Amino acid sequence: MTSTLDAVYTLWLREMKRFMKSRSRMVGSGGQPLIWLAIVGVGLGSAFALKVSGSIPYLAFVAPGLIGMTILFSSIFAGVSVIWDRQFGFLKEILVAPISRLSIVLGKIAGSTTIAVLTALIILVIVAVFGIIPLSYFTLQGIAAAILFMVLTSATFVAIGLIIAALINNIESFQVLINFLVMPMFFLSGALFPISAALPVWLDGLAHIDPLFYAIDGIRGSLIHFSTYPLWIDGIGTAACAVIFVGAAALLFKRIEGK
Amino acid sequence: MASNAIEVSRLVKKFGSFTAVNGISFKVREGEIFGLLGPNGAGKTTTISMIATILSHTSGSIELYGVDVLRAKDAARQLIGIVFQDPSLDDELTAWENLDFHARLYSVKENKRKIISDVLELVGLGDKADKQVKTFSGGMKRRLEIARGFIHKPRVLFLDEPTLGLDPQTRRNIWEYIRKLNREHRLTIILTTHYLEEADMLCDRIAIIDHGRIIRTGTPEALKTSLGGDVVRIGTDKKKKLYRLLKGRSFVKSIKESHDGLEISTEDGSRVIPVIAKVADSNNIRIDYTTMKRPSLEDVFISLTGRDIREEGADSDAQWRHFGGRK
Repeated sequence: MTSTLDAVYTLWLREMKRFMKSRSRMVGSGGQPLIWLAIVGVGLGSAFALKVSGSIPYLAFVAPGLIGMTILFSSIFAGVSVIWDRQFGFLKEILVAPISRLSIVLGKIAGSTTIAVLTALIILVIVAVFGIIPLSYFTLQGIAAAILFMVLTSATFVAIGLIIAALINNIESFQVLINFLVMPMFFLSGALFPISAALPVWLDGLAHIDPLFYAIDGIRGSLIHFSTYPLWIDGIGTAACAVIFVGAAALLFKRIEGK
Repeated sequence: MASNAIEVSRLVKKFGSFTAVNGISFKVREGEIFGLLGPNGAGKTTTISMIATILSHTSGSIELYGVDVLRAKDAARQLIGIVFQDPSLDDELTAWENLDFHARLYSVKENKRKIISDVLELVGLGDKADKQVKTFSGGMKRRLEIARGFIHKPRVLFLDEPTLGLDPQTRRNIWEYIRKLNREHRLTIILTTHYLEEADMLCDRIAIIDHGRIIRTGTPEALKTSLGGDVVRIGTDKKKKLYRLLKGRSFVKSIKESHDGLEISTEDGSRVIPVIAKVADSNNIRIDYTTMKRPSLEDVFISLTGRDIREEGADSDAQWRHFGGRK
């Protein structure tokens, strides 16, 4: 039997090759958050002359949120894309190979996480170059912590995508999924406005069960040193989500059949 | 004596209350091309999927070169190559990248580059290595998949409807590659098909399968002979006289009059026709024409199941699914 590491590497390599070949995917996944930043960030920021807390301008506040959004969309769709592999038959080629089911899950997560985090880092560079987050905010530890948050977040959402793919079989459910799962998760995450005691209880409560909330709070805390919770709480929340969802995806894929 | 590559015994698969495979048993010898022949929905693909470890079984046992497939799945997976009914290539990747992916998944490390270029040559795609698969025709994709199934030197190659949806010329090419693999590498091959012609041309032995059961196993020749041999028709105006002369001869299994002559059932028609001609000639009987019909596997199928293999209701449905999957 092929070792888990070899198998994960093989599946990772496939994701990289596919991504490199698809220019439109590269532009799409990087361009979307920049459009949000330019329109929503600038629009909301100037309409209400928002200052989130003391000296932090709205654009600097919203930039980490949009980095989180990039990871959310990129990762969850990468996970769900297993449906396409099933549709086009390629999943069978993987399922019939002498590799463990766990390595299929880990390979997909490794590949998609790499792509999502690289895209997020490109956006971070653009944000820094345009001075949206002042250079003086960046510290080495901060960037390292942000990358760690990004990796854990991406793994979580690829796993959620894989779980969805294992449970639903048709692509038609896709739109429903986006409307009722992905968009609420994004809006409740604190990407666009701070989650604080000022919010109604129900909204505050919902935000606290959103995995993306801890992720964005952590990324924001690492980059602009402003967050709802201290980093260690965000860290525990994000890591716990990753463990729970990756574990659940691995369990589900153990029983997957090539039908 | 050749050993058995595969032994399947009393294999059952139920989907809810529907029994897709209903107690199938068969043995395949090493180096043999073995065909599972039956209409769509007969349980061929379900059977192959269970042997290939991608579908769980309900009961029964499968042994592949002594490996218990149902228990030691990973050991079995290394032994088999499979070409699925629907394409299973990554269209975005090139032919080479698809094969490289496969080689890595199966831990083919020594001489990997040479093995990949050899199998590409084998199926006539040597010059297409760096083309993206999405630019390939259906026949090229199928050839690439056959090449891929052979990269890790499996002991058994499974081909599920290898020529479904392909044009006649491409079909002949694919048959040639399959024979080449079998001859040159003594590869044991199991294929499913609902083309009788394909089973007849390729297979050493055939199991006819219908409603999840094997109803007859044998060589194509034996299956055809079991029907009672050839039918010879003689056109003549003196059919009563010829009838009397031929009736009771050892080579005649049965004889009856038709509207313009006789219909004779016999073991080997090609040898019998000259004899009949001689008998007629020496009795001054003019023969207007002779025709001979060898029974086809189609006749065998009809006589065993009572219906034509192409008349299946499930057929159009399965075809639709097949093309649906290719979009």
